[in-house]
Amino acid sequence: MNKDMKILVVDDFSTMRRIIKNLLRDLGFTNTTDADDGQTALPMLKSGGYDFLVTDWNMPGMTGIELLKAVRADPNLASLPVLMVTAEQKKEQIVEAAQAGVNGYIVKPFTAVTLKEKIDKIFERIDNAG
Amino acid sequence: MSQDDQENLQEDSADDSNDDRTLELAREYVKFLEEGNAESADNALAELTDLRESQLFNELGRLTRDFHETLNSFSSDDRFATLAQDDIPDARERLNYVITKTNEAAHRTLNAVEEALPFCDSISDKVTKLDEDWDRFLSKEMKPQEFRDLSLEIKAFLGASQNDLSSVKNNLNDILMAQDFQDITGQIITRVITLVTEVESSLVELVKLGSKLGVKSDTDLSDEQTEKPEDPNALAGPQVPGMESESIVASQDDVDDLLSSLGF
Repeated sequence: MNKDMKILVVDDFSTMRRIIKNLLRDLGFTNTTDADDGQTALPMLKSGGYDFLVTDWNMPGMTGIELLKAVRADPNLASLPVLMVTAEQKKEQIVEAAQAGVNGYIVKPFTAVTLKEKIDKIFERIDNAG
Repeated sequence: MSQDDQENLQEDSADDSNDDRTLELAREYVKFLEEGNAESADNALAELTDLRESQLFNELGRLTRDFHETLNSFSSDDRFATLAQDDIPDARERLNYVITKTNEAAHRTLNAVEEALPFCDSISDKVTKLDEDWDRFLSKEMKPQEFRDLSLEIKAFLGASQNDLSSVKNNLNDILMAQDFQDITGQIITRVITLVTEVESSLVELVKLGSKLGVKSDTDLSDEQTEKPEDPNALAGPQVPGMESESIVASQDDVDDLLSSLGF
């Protein structure tokens, strides 16, 4: 896993963005940018260069699941790894995210250990597949 | 015993005596009919009808008085007007203030942590380096000049560490002080809960009054809570302890289990 990979963190709460970015930095990922909802995030992703997307679900404007579907529908972004970090804990929603092609799903509140585990697992699978 | 209770008792005993009289008249009516005494039968029937009408008027009078008193009690303390005009907007303001306060506290804490972390990193790096140098000195791999440099380095490190640690301590104190929001937000939320309870009981009173007056209502106030039809697009949001449901996963482990059952 490349520690210099470019990561986009999307959450409507600025404190949560800061927490996730701090946790990522603690794990060695310093190349992070953030956006406050899907509408802001999607053009940033389309402009290219991102290796990993961490997104919340419930956001005004464009939700995380809509962002995920838009990413999967875009041929340039279709293979971008996406980790969802959300307070949504309904089984149907987790299944919906899985069907939309999410790579990992973390429920809030979460710990640094969980974040590390999920990121490791996502890139382990990608490395094995590639 | 209050005046109301006494009145109720009197009304109850009046009802009883009315019932007795109704039964008596009905028996007389049947008896007169059987005897073929049409005039007396008509009289008994007329008295029976009068009695029934007076009971109806009594009941109507009582309902009217109840309605009047309840309306008066609502208007006399102006609770409904105050609730709608002042208390609800006030509660909205208060809850917005809770969001502001918690947001401020979270950012203040994050600022302090982000400021303190580089100090911890630099102390940690420096300690690692000095530890390696010290090991070389102990195993006599160090030249005298190198040792003189090392001793100056140690002196500089000790001085710098004092400053760094005092900065870290200031930041820890700042994090401590940032927690004072809990006191204020806790009090505000408690007041809003009280208000919601009051609104609920006022609404229950209104619905009760409505049902007494025969106003048709879709709301069933019986013990069984009628469930709101769920909006399929509405998000469930964060789980609140004590409000768990079957369709909700309880922990990250459950999420992992569910995903792995889907082939993840």
